[in-house]
Amino acid sequence: MSDLLKSYRFREERESDWRKLDLILTRAENSGVKALSDDDMTALPRLYRQAVSSLSVARSISLDQNVIAYLESLCTRAYFFVYGARTSIGERMMDFLRRDWPACISSAIGPTLLAAVFLLGGWALAFFLCMQDMEWFWTFHGQNFWDGRNPDASVEYLRSTIYTDEGDLGDGQLTSFASFLFNNNAQIALFAFALGFAFGIPTAWLLVYNGVMMGSLHAVFWDKGLGYEFTGWLLIHGTTELFAIILAGAAGFVIGGAVAFPGQMTRLNSARHAGQKAATIAMGCVIMLIVAALLEGFGRQMINSDAIRYTIALSILGLWCAYFYLPRRTDTV
Amino acid sequence: MSSTVPPAPDTVNLANVEAARRRRARMQEQERQSKLVRKLVTPEGAAIQLKLANASERAGAFLIDVAIQWAIVIATALGLSFAIRAMDPESANIAWAVWLVFFFFVRNFYYIFFELGTKAATPGKRALGIRVTSRNGGRLTANSVLARNFIREIEIGLPFQFLMMGGDQVTSWMALLGLVWSGIFLLFPIFNKDKMRVGDLIAGTWVIKNPKTKLMGDISSTTRATTHERFAFTPQQAEAYGIHELHVLEDVLRQSTQDVKAQVALRIRQKIGWQAQPGETDTAFLEAYYATLRRRLEQRMILGERKTDKFDVR
Repeated sequence: MSDLLKSYRFREERESDWRKLDLILTRAENSGVKALSDDDMTALPRLYRQAVSSLSVARSISLDQNVIAYLESLCTRAYFFVYGARTSIGERMMDFLRRDWPACISSAIGPTLLAAVFLLGGWALAFFLCMQDMEWFWTFHGQNFWDGRNPDASVEYLRSTIYTDEGDLGDGQLTSFASFLFNNNAQIALFAFALGFAFGIPTAWLLVYNGVMMGSLHAVFWDKGLGYEFTGWLLIHGTTELFAIILAGAAGFVIGGAVAFPGQMTRLNSARHAGQKAATIAMGCVIMLIVAALLEGFGRQMINSDAIRYTIALSILGLWCAYFYLPRRTDTV
Repeated sequence: MSSTVPPAPDTVNLANVEAARRRRARMQEQERQSKLVRKLVTPEGAAIQLKLANASERAGAFLIDVAIQWAIVIATALGLSFAIRAMDPESANIAWAVWLVFFFFVRNFYYIFFELGTKAATPGKRALGIRVTSRNGGRLTANSVLARNFIREIEIGLPFQFLMMGGDQVTSWMALLGLVWSGIFLLFPIFNKDKMRVGDLIAGTWVIKNPKTKLMGDISSTTRATTHERFAFTPQQAEAYGIHELHVLEDVLRQSTQDVKAQVALRIRQKIGWQAQPGETDTAFLEAYYATLRRRLEQRMILGERKTDKFDVR
């Protein structure tokens, strides 16, 4: 058959192997690695290498567009399969919880402190301004504050908002309230992370703003002599929630800092390194906020004793800190 | 591949000018396409060419995904609102609470869920044959997927919020300013050569074309030995065209209608001066000519000469 083209004979000799590789890849893509037999797994590396070498030969001897396009796509798919991630979603989650999450947070202490300064600074600023002159409250919140918790409210009313009477709220309402707050806070946390890209400036503003809102409300209760009680009401979930917001801000600053001051690395590389770290922190924030919402929805409304509230608040804060910052054994794998 | 202007024809006539203009346009298009090609050298030392997905493919995939997300959200909300009628208020509240958390996860984790899978692509991306991959050719980590999707909040969420911000004169101006500012994030992929979103930049990823091409039969193999005798082209006739025309002919033979084939056959016969023999079909003629042309061009290619098109006379 000297009549046939060289490139056609080249193709004819290898085609069955290409198709075999194609079949294995299709099966793996559709039903995962577990669908492959042992034979497939042993054959795969050889078939992959052969396809890659076929591609480079085909590029130089064949003018059949379809063959080259096919080999390009086959090799790309095979490359991503052979060198792609093999860890299952469960393993990834365990890695995240055991190592990645605490490691990322403990390596971002600086940005965390910075975020804390912004949030608590805004808090303190609003608190002291309002303590001096309650008119400031209206500046921060506007005239139509959504509920009655403002300087004109009576002590009894304010007290009623932080303690739940028996049979006041049903479980259902508690749950929906908690999930609404979770939605809200988690979205803000992700927002604070994403805004970090704009050099962290909007993140700082978001932190200060949230601090001011809480600080001014705090002042209202303090002014009416409910400071200790309000703090307990707030902190039972607040230690987790505020910590999460601070960490989300820290994630934003990690990115912002890396984009603004790349140091020795190129800006692109620096952004990439920071982005991976910050995304882990942001993911962790979502988990913390779920915990906070559970505490807020159930714990806060059901536990009406100040002492227990403070105990829970501080012990949970202690647990978070231990989890994140205690040095741990590093596996040298 | 030279992108030089074709040599000036001896006789300047309108047809030649038009042909040269079309050739230039074709070469510009090729150069534009080649700017989207990234070479990935595998550990075996072989080069794989990755083509970056362009902005319209990205936008199309995103629109499909958004439509799916809305479909999920609306369908579950409707289903729930029917189911709630049968519940007491207490459990109805809990059901809504669960739905609200579900909504958050659909909004933020839809992309993450699919991109963490083996295909590294959301249904929208799969539909358009594109996928996410790590920029350095390494494996796509979970952290990268998280990073590129959490950033979506400022790319889509922020402009949308400013767009929805109405109100008096002052707030409208603020909203407009904000829209322009956040529009930078939204339009970021258009302004960089790697077509990266801000999320891609932060995560160290990019989006490439990953089409599943089918291997079709080789056209040259269908011509039998007998037909070779019937179609004995002279060397001049086999030299008439270049690689570009060969590829166009391949496309015509693979996917065109009989009408188009007839027209193409007519043009080629005129160009090479071929007298149609009695009983010769257009398809048979085209296939035979394709085989001859490819043989000739492949021979020249092995010797290091790529005749790019019919204007390429060497």
